[in-house]
Amino acid sequence: MLYVERPPLPSDDKRWRIVSGTMRKHGYSRNALIETLHTVQSSFGYLDEPAIRFVAQSLRVPLSQAYGVVTFYHFFSLKPPGKHTCTICLGTACYIKGSDKLVAEAEKLLHIRPGETTPDGEVSLATVRCVGDCGRAPVALFDGELSAQMEPARLAQRLDDWRAQ
Amino acid sequence: MNAEELQQIAAAAEEERGKFDYEVNVCMGTSCLAQHSDGIRDAIEKEAEGCGKRCHARRTGCMGPCAAGPMVLVEPAGILYGHVHEADAKEIVASLGAEPVARLDPQLGSYFEGQHFRVLENVGHIDPEKVDEYVARGGYEALLKGLTEMTPAAVIEQISKSGLRGRGGGGYPTGLKWDTVARVKGAQKYVICNGDEGDPGAFMDRSVLESDPQRVIEGMTIAAYAIGASKGYIYVRAEYPLAVQRLTVALREARRRGFLGYGICETTFNFDIDIRLGAGAFVCGEETALIASIEGKRGSPRPRPPYPAVSGLWGDPTLINNVETFANVAPIIRNGGEWFASMGTARSKGTKVFALTGRIRRTGLVEVPMGMTLRQIIFGIGGGVPDGRKFKAVQTGGPSGGCLPEEHLDLSISYDALISAGSMMGSGGMIVMDDTSCMVSVARFFMEFCMTESCGKCIPCRAGTVQMYELLSKICRGEATRRDLDQLTELCEVVGATSLCGLGQTAPNPVLSTLRYFRHEYLAHIDEKRCPAGVCQCGPPPRQADLTGTQGAAVEVHA
Ligand SMILES: Cc1cc2nc3c(=O)[nH]c(=O)nc-3n(C[C@H](O)[C@H](O)[C@H](O)COP(=O)(O)O)c2cc1C
Ligand code: SF4
Ligand code: FES
Repeated sequence: MLYVERPPLPSDDKRWRIVSGTMRKHGYSRNALIETLHTVQSSFGYLDEPAIRFVAQSLRVPLSQAYGVVTFYHFFSLKPPGKHTCTICLGTACYIKGSDKLVAEAEKLLHIRPGETTPDGEVSLATVRCVGDCGRAPVALFDGELSAQMEPARLAQRLDDWRAQ
Repeated sequence: MNAEELQQIAAAAEEERGKFDYEVNVCMGTSCLAQHSDGIRDAIEKEAEGCGKRCHARRTGCMGPCAAGPMVLVEPAGILYGHVHEADAKEIVASLGAEPVARLDPQLGSYFEGQHFRVLENVGHIDPEKVDEYVARGGYEALLKGLTEMTPAAVIEQISKSGLRGRGGGGYPTGLKWDTVARVKGAQKYVICNGDEGDPGAFMDRSVLESDPQRVIEGMTIAAYAIGASKGYIYVRAEYPLAVQRLTVALREARRRGFLGYGICETTFNFDIDIRLGAGAFVCGEETALIASIEGKRGSPRPRPPYPAVSGLWGDPTLINNVETFANVAPIIRNGGEWFASMGTARSKGTKVFALTGRIRRTGLVEVPMGMTLRQIIFGIGGGVPDGRKFKAVQTGGPSGGCLPEEHLDLSISYDALISAGSMMGSGGMIVMDDTSCMVSVARFFMEFCMTESCGKCIPCRAGTVQMYELLSKICRGEATRRDLDQLTELCEVVGATSLCGLGQTAPNPVLSTLRYFRHEYLAHIDEKRCPAGVCQCGPPPRQADLTGTQGAAVEVHA
């Protein structure tokens, strides 16, 4: 059998073993690029350069292609997220029910725009296109936990709670 | 697995059911689970144990009226409760065999009137993680019948006879598609289930995958047999973690029972399915982009032909259908194509699942026969527009569709009727708008969506959506002239005619349909600098507005 040298794990952080596990499960096939990047994103919260290099080398994918994939899909993030993440749905159902007002409220309170993190690294603001709870629009997620029929005042309360911690 | 074993599984599941006098089914869909319905189920189970009632507290999928959740269904009485809390468990258990708890009546009025459950027939009645409960309701009978009594050609014949058309949006005849892939020669063929559900505001596929995943697996397996495929993929968007989790369990369960794997149903037929996760790109719902994404690449569409039927995944013949399309397959094989075709209109057969949302009293998932009117759905099932406001438009077809005004409320739902009215069936999002919505803003919203989701491969779409977005923004700001409107109309034509894939080709649709039915709103913004709905801030036009053109403005968008 052909022996292929694989790069060493970037550090002894246990999470790299989870990443390697995904690649092994797919037989280090090039097609597993997106699946592997998903594992990195869910384990570390974002993808930095060493991570992309490691995955690209392990799967024998050109670095440019790996980077191209990372930047193509909205789900992947190149920046570390804040301690907390507030995600507001901007799908059609939520838009019709006024989710733009939620975004405006969050922007006003946090002084950042969607896709950014507060300078103190506490809160990231993000938007998403539909999480499938459109029946109870508008929807926001606080650290991934879904909260429906959201109002600006309640959103402000939740953001305040984080800051009080 | 043979017929006898299938019956044994069903009988054992029935026997298990017989051990209980009551069943309390608690919805564990995304929406109810977010309101901690798992805790409600646990509380009911504990409560029932405590007072010695023979009651089974079951986890089920979405029951439809999400806005009234968390939902609980009590069988055999068939009583539905809404807005249930953990604290209500005691009262619910006490009421078993006695008067229902009036306080928890979900007040659904005529929500279920006129609905007809085919795709959603098991939803709310079975535990999506237990394959045996699916079998007990007739599941996998169709697969067994197909594999042991029918030739692949006979399976395709029934699908063709049924008149089933693709539920992913385009409405391409499913039988014809299967026949094409079956005829192409190839040692390796693939079946792909499109669960990308990119239309924001639609959640039919999520619900089916979460609530009755075995039905989709069965449909795919029958398809694989019909076209001669041995490998399948379900592509699910990453925004649906619960659907992914349920599917993972369902695939394991199906393999355990021998409905997937080698020698399915004691035949020589082999088939297995893997899950692939989307990563938040709307364009990946387009079939060629989806295939590229499964191959681990950027999701850029490519020109067709060759169609995936000839050259799809890794260049091999590939069948790609939507979740709801596959969910319709098993009942067709079980009951015959004619049974399916007995419902619906001349060229649109069966039922369609819609996600009814927006400014409407009762939101949720509904399944109606093709041919029902928009009015029946919106005012009958949905209960009309709340808060004393006035209905303005209904949007179907998502970013590729259009907005239909009140004059079209008596339109019968079918693929062709919706297209001739300037909208489209789409995957089933139905968003109701009242007089608080500005139609120009709505058009701009969809254009912004298409602009950010454009993959950038071809110029008409990449640059055209930006220009159209800018023009729409200008109209919203009250800075546009009639000339801008002409330019917008012209751009719609060019982008629609020259874009490479469906995203660009249909991106102008929301603009065209609002221009057709709500032109007066555009003109109010342009001529009177006024937004009739009071949404846009139409300030006085800045100097030189007419001379600026639209070019430089594009920069602002990317900033
Ligand atoms: C931009 C774009 C997005 C699409 N998104 C979806 C989608 O989310 N789900 C889907 O089933 N089909 C989607 N489609 C349609 C698919 O390309 C394909 O026609 C469909 O999956 C075929 O299945 P069907 O024949 O069962 O409808 C999309 C098409 C385009 C052009
Ligand atoms: S029409 Fe748009 S999404 Fe489709 S290939 Fe062209 S740029 Fe990409
Ligand atoms: S549009 Fe917001 S959850 Fe679907």
